[in-house]
Amino acid sequence: MTERLFEGADWDFHTLQRITDACEMVATKDLGLDVYPNQIEVITAEQMLDAYSSVGMPLFYKHWSFGKQFAFHEASYRKGLMGLAYEIVINSSPCISYLMEENTATMQTLVIAHAAFGHNHFFKNNYLFKQWTDADGILDYLDFAKTYVMQCEERYGRVEVERTLDAAHALMSHGIDRYPGKKKLDLRAEEKRAGRRRQHEEEVFNDLWRTVPKGAAKSRSALSIERRRKLLGLPQENLLYFLEKSAPRLAPWQRELLRIVRHIAQYFYPQSQTKVMNEGTATYVHYRIMTKLHEQGRITDGNFLEFLGSHTNVVFQPEFDDPRFSGFNPYALGFAVMQDIERIVTKPEDEDREWFPDIAGKGDVMGVLRDVWANYRDESFIAQFLSPKLMRHFRMFHLHDDPEERAGIRVDAIHDERGFRRVRRELARQHDVGFIDANIEVVDVDLSGDRRLILHHHVIKGSQLNETDAKRVLQHLADLWTYDVALIEVDANDKVMREYVVSPRPIPAAVA
Amino acid sequence: MHIIDRRLNPGGKSLENRQRFLRRAKSLVQGAVKKTSQERDIKDVLEGGEVTIPLDGMHEPRFRREGGTRDMVLPGNKKFIEGDYLQRSGQGSAKNSGPGEGDSEDAFRFVLSRDEFVDLFLDDLELPDLAKRKIAQTESEGIQRAGYTTSGSPANISVSRTVKLALARRIALKRPRKEEIEELEAALAACTDEDERVELLAQLEKLKAKSKRIPFIDPLDIRYRRFETVPKPVAQAVMFCLMDVSGSMSEHMKDLAKRFYMLLYVFLKRRYKHVEIVFIRHTDRAEEVDEQTFFYGPASGGTLVSSALQAMHEIVRERFNPSDWNIYAAQASDGDNSYSDGELTGLLLTDKILPVCQFFAYLEVGESGGSAFDLSDSSLWTLYERLRNGGAPLSMRKVSERSEIFPVFHDLFQRRETAQEKAAP
Repeated sequence: MTERLFEGADWDFHTLQRITDACEMVATKDLGLDVYPNQIEVITAEQMLDAYSSVGMPLFYKHWSFGKQFAFHEASYRKGLMGLAYEIVINSSPCISYLMEENTATMQTLVIAHAAFGHNHFFKNNYLFKQWTDADGILDYLDFAKTYVMQCEERYGRVEVERTLDAAHALMSHGIDRYPGKKKLDLRAEEKRAGRRRQHEEEVFNDLWRTVPKGAAKSRSALSIERRRKLLGLPQENLLYFLEKSAPRLAPWQRELLRIVRHIAQYFYPQSQTKVMNEGTATYVHYRIMTKLHEQGRITDGNFLEFLGSHTNVVFQPEFDDPRFSGFNPYALGFAVMQDIERIVTKPEDEDREWFPDIAGKGDVMGVLRDVWANYRDESFIAQFLSPKLMRHFRMFHLHDDPEERAGIRVDAIHDERGFRRVRRELARQHDVGFIDANIEVVDVDLSGDRRLILHHHVIKGSQLNETDAKRVLQHLADLWTYDVALIEVDANDKVMREYVVSPRPIPAAVA
Repeated sequence: MHIIDRRLNPGGKSLENRQRFLRRAKSLVQGAVKKTSQERDIKDVLEGGEVTIPLDGMHEPRFRREGGTRDMVLPGNKKFIEGDYLQRSGQGSAKNSGPGEGDSEDAFRFVLSRDEFVDLFLDDLELPDLAKRKIAQTESEGIQRAGYTTSGSPANISVSRTVKLALARRIALKRPRKEEIEELEAALAACTDEDERVELLAQLEKLKAKSKRIPFIDPLDIRYRRFETVPKPVAQAVMFCLMDVSGSMSEHMKDLAKRFYMLLYVFLKRRYKHVEIVFIRHTDRAEEVDEQTFFYGPASGGTLVSSALQAMHEIVRERFNPSDWNIYAAQASDGDNSYSDGELTGLLLTDKILPVCQFFAYLEVGESGGSAFDLSDSSLWTLYERLRNGGAPLSMRKVSERSEIFPVFHDLFQRRETAQEKAAP
């Protein structure tokens, strides 16, 4: 029989090394995972709180909203309202996993299996991460961003920098390219080019703006609407990109700040689209690894029971009428679907053969799963692989809430023959960020007139913008644009539902 | 594959961000701090602690969709079939917010450290007329006794300490006393027997030799007084607490006064290295007392405010030179004064007290409920008001509830440019 990895709950750094080696054997040999080099860092609870408040990143520029996050987390942690995560893992190469010192040896094993192999494999292989993130460059880029923001503060004053960053943060969720463009993000080159680019742009005058203010009649006819929109790259849904490139009066350093916020938003974009898959993968992987270690006799029955306790908590899914319910638990859903795929691949029933002809009975569980992990995001993953058996298992049902409907909320579909496809389609849609986020784009700039920026919000299913927030965000937008900004909410038939117009605030004299 | 121990890395990476957040939230936090402090005991005010601020003020806006028709898929269906309707507000139905929707952050609690708390609390306060503080900010060196030393200048020899040590040494080493030698000499003179004489002589010689070997004062015994120079803070302030303790002052009124004095103390403490407090209580005569007596000692009698002012004046003359000290006075009273005393009180104030005071605050305390207050101004109030209208540096407020203490204090001491003594409430 093989040697035990550890006895009891205590661990030291040799234990961690043994654990990691053992996990790695299972991960690469049995599961065929392909991971970035691992870096495991042991941290204290306080450091974990620190990490929380900068979206988990080890270095980040300074901003008050991170302080707010910290104060918030700290208060709820101290009062015992919130436990700390067992780990935080960073999509970088090497892949950094933070482990808390309080964890028991079993928990460290679970966390290493979960983060250092599960998440790590997903980061390295999923197409969205490949397309949008640059694991090699991110830490250097964040370092660059941190230094750059600091230099700006020294040079232009903290208040000015804060104002720009506040505005950029408000628009962050609309600073994303949703469709793959020409090339993958290369943050290192980005960082190198930043300096040169600014210098160049300061030297070259923007022709577009020079032609505008006077001699309107002439330039107007010369510049047809279509051509004008084309020059500005309209319509444009990446608001931060648009401002960075076209806002007339931003200082070069402000454009660079917008760019930094935009790059970071883009870096995190895949994570928001793959929550279910990412956590599902990590959970599936840790489950497989832990089971294997137990079978090999490298962890005791007691340790394995401890693991099962934690695992069960993680994948617990409260029902909708349970006070603990707060939506679908991505760990539970992701893990269930992946286990279900394993079942379909190895022991399919007739129903499965009918629903999943491509994979049913194929036999190669890891082959299929690796393919799934590489090529899907939450929305397509659910749309493709949520089986009737699982819908019955979770007893899913679809509610349709139309405020006009006096009778109440209608149960549109349940987990039966008639409902399976509709339930699955709806659940997939709920995980589509393209659908969840408001669809807003810049459609035009009134170049011949007052340079008003015109945006459209395409209203879906009658769901309009929250008015207070919309006004505040538009205020930030107008401040950056420095001319009026109009946002028009239009429904599917181009009918105008609401219109906002916001003027920029005068820039107050710099306060030291 | 690396395993790194980061636990020893400096923590508190978020400190800077936290400070930025506090700076930004300052006015909100300040409001919260004041509100919190009203609910607490005055001692606890300085302990820091949890405050709640409305998140709205620190809200970071985003474009958010709301309303419209909504679809949601939920787990745990037990009885519904397609086409059923759920009551919107009924129990057992879905929560009215879909997964991931809604924002629950309506208020935001967090813990302030003691320093953060006091800083924010006192931040926009300032003592009026700070002219003297400028002179006072330099520190002068003072000299202070610091025990004894074995070396030093002859002028600093400590005779008593030296003699004491010598005596101890002599006793310890059994130096023959003068009397012993004299006794022997007498015995020798009286002795007739030759043998005995020789023995006595030998004894005497031995004793004399011993007392030579063991000197009366040895250099080892000598001690010098040691002096140390210590920085002597000149930034010093004294606070006079003048309180009427005549029978008409109830416990409630004293409590109000106490709160006010403690606040003033905390506030001065922040500004100066050394703050002294002088408690003067008075009925128809005044005395300087300790804190305990001041607030809790029983006393009764008539009321002569001038007695307290006179006492203060004398103490200032004796112990607090106005050129070295920042002098503050806070007087708490229910406003009653004997009619005949008004003129004297006014004279003392204008001639003796106000010229040396940085600031004189008059707090008129009333019973909870405070209805009696509205009747008419007390005799003291009328007098002070007249003085103030004449341009004297006097501030006056009326207080009848605990919760008013902080606002009133704040009012009295907020930065001057805005609040150049407005009329009383």
